[in-house]
Amino acid sequence: MNDKKRAIKISPIRKGTVIDHIRCGQSLKVLKILGLTDVEIRDVVSIAMNVESSSGKKDIVKVENKEISSEELDKISLISPETTINIIRDYEVIKKQRVNLPKRVSGIVRCRNRNCITNQREPVDPEFKVISSEPVNIKCIYCEREMKEEEISENLL
Amino acid sequence: MKLKGEFNKDHVVSIRDFSIEEIEYVLDKAELMEPIAQGHETTDILKGKILANLFFEPSTRTMLSFEAAMKRLGGNTIGFANPDVSSSKKGETLADTITVASSYADIVVLRHPQEGAARLASKFSSKPVLNAGDGAGQHPTQTLLDLYTIRKERKEISGNKIGIAGDLKYGRTVHSLTHALSMYDTELTFIAPPPLQMPKEILRRLSEGGIGYEQHENIDEAVEDLDVLYVTRIQRERFPNEEEYLKIADSYNVNLETIEKAKKDMVIMHPLPRVDEISPEVDKTPFARYFEQAANGIPVRMALLSLLMGVEL
Repeated sequence: MNDKKRAIKISPIRKGTVIDHIRCGQSLKVLKILGLTDVEIRDVVSIAMNVESSSGKKDIVKVENKEISSEELDKISLISPETTINIIRDYEVIKKQRVNLPKRVSGIVRCRNRNCITNQREPVDPEFKVISSEPVNIKCIYCEREMKEEEISENLL
Repeated sequence: MKLKGEFNKDHVVSIRDFSIEEIEYVLDKAELMEPIAQGHETTDILKGKILANLFFEPSTRTMLSFEAAMKRLGGNTIGFANPDVSSSKKGETLADTITVASSYADIVVLRHPQEGAARLASKFSSKPVLNAGDGAGQHPTQTLLDLYTIRKERKEISGNKIGIAGDLKYGRTVHSLTHALSMYDTELTFIAPPPLQMPKEILRRLSEGGIGYEQHENIDEAVEDLDVLYVTRIQRERFPNEEEYLKIADSYNVNLETIEKAKKDMVIMHPLPRVDEISPEVDKTPFARYFEQAANGIPVRMALLSLLMGVEL
């Protein structure tokens, strides 16, 4: 019964990417990170928030017709490390994997330190070294200030 | 003279980029520079070379010491100590200023009010960059001269109980020094009023690295078993009002009474400028080493200049 209800909420897609187990409330930020809030995006994007699952509530994002590269998807791990990715072809999951935190992160988040040189008018992208993945902790390679999950989420570009 | 060890850095940006071996190598090199730094001997190993001092905020002592270090090695300096005269006032990016300045000189020394400025400069400069302080960030030559002073005065850095007093919460000097000392086998004592104590993050890292530390609220209760007392300034602007500041500042004054309780060979250091933290009456006692510490900036900076430019003494 439950399964049926869920199926109504977000129907299966024929082809594309299902981003599952997104931390509750972070799905809109996931869209932002992946650049899916762009007005030029033509593909159907569906979002479900606060979906009940065996491990508590979660958000889900489905992007039709688009197989998003794992490099792109790994960026999500900054704000939702438990996220899993399903690549769908002909309604079948052909690939399933968890997002992995890359060693370096660039161009997704700005430094929380307002006095960091990267927050001035300089020709560089903010860049961070990943210190730890659980919990997420990144360090600005310029000013050496560290940022935790909550701060990352507040400073998305 | 060839020393054992290696120095493979293109720039000096942060003390966190140094291993303990690299620190010791720089300090050994600085020791060799002493007779020249003091004017007893002369050299011209950097003859014909130009150092660009780019000081986007004033710091007379640091600028003069880089100038002296370069000239003691036979080199020349150009630069500015006032950002009003630089093109950044006209809206030029630091990246552009550095690109141009590094085409005029052989080495660039940068002081800047924004954190991370030196790292950015190192990406755009065609010549070695030496960080002379970036905002509340790093000031690696200060840390190296602090370490040099401790080693010179105490023979070794390891084995000492080192007390660090003052504004431990916001002070960049004490954070960098603590990081560097944690690479050695030292006992650390942090002395500060509770609101200005060492950030929890730094304490946690010390514990994880198995580094023992103590915390005290005033110098008097901590001073008796210290080998080194490193005093820093408590800034007025950190307190809600003058009364609060004076109350705290008073308990952070090192005077003749304080040192009565100290070990006879304890060394007092201070990065200067000082305000009221150390009474002038202490200056003439054998404990005071802060003026020697400032003088040690010359051989340490000479060592870094020669290493970055790949010229041996």
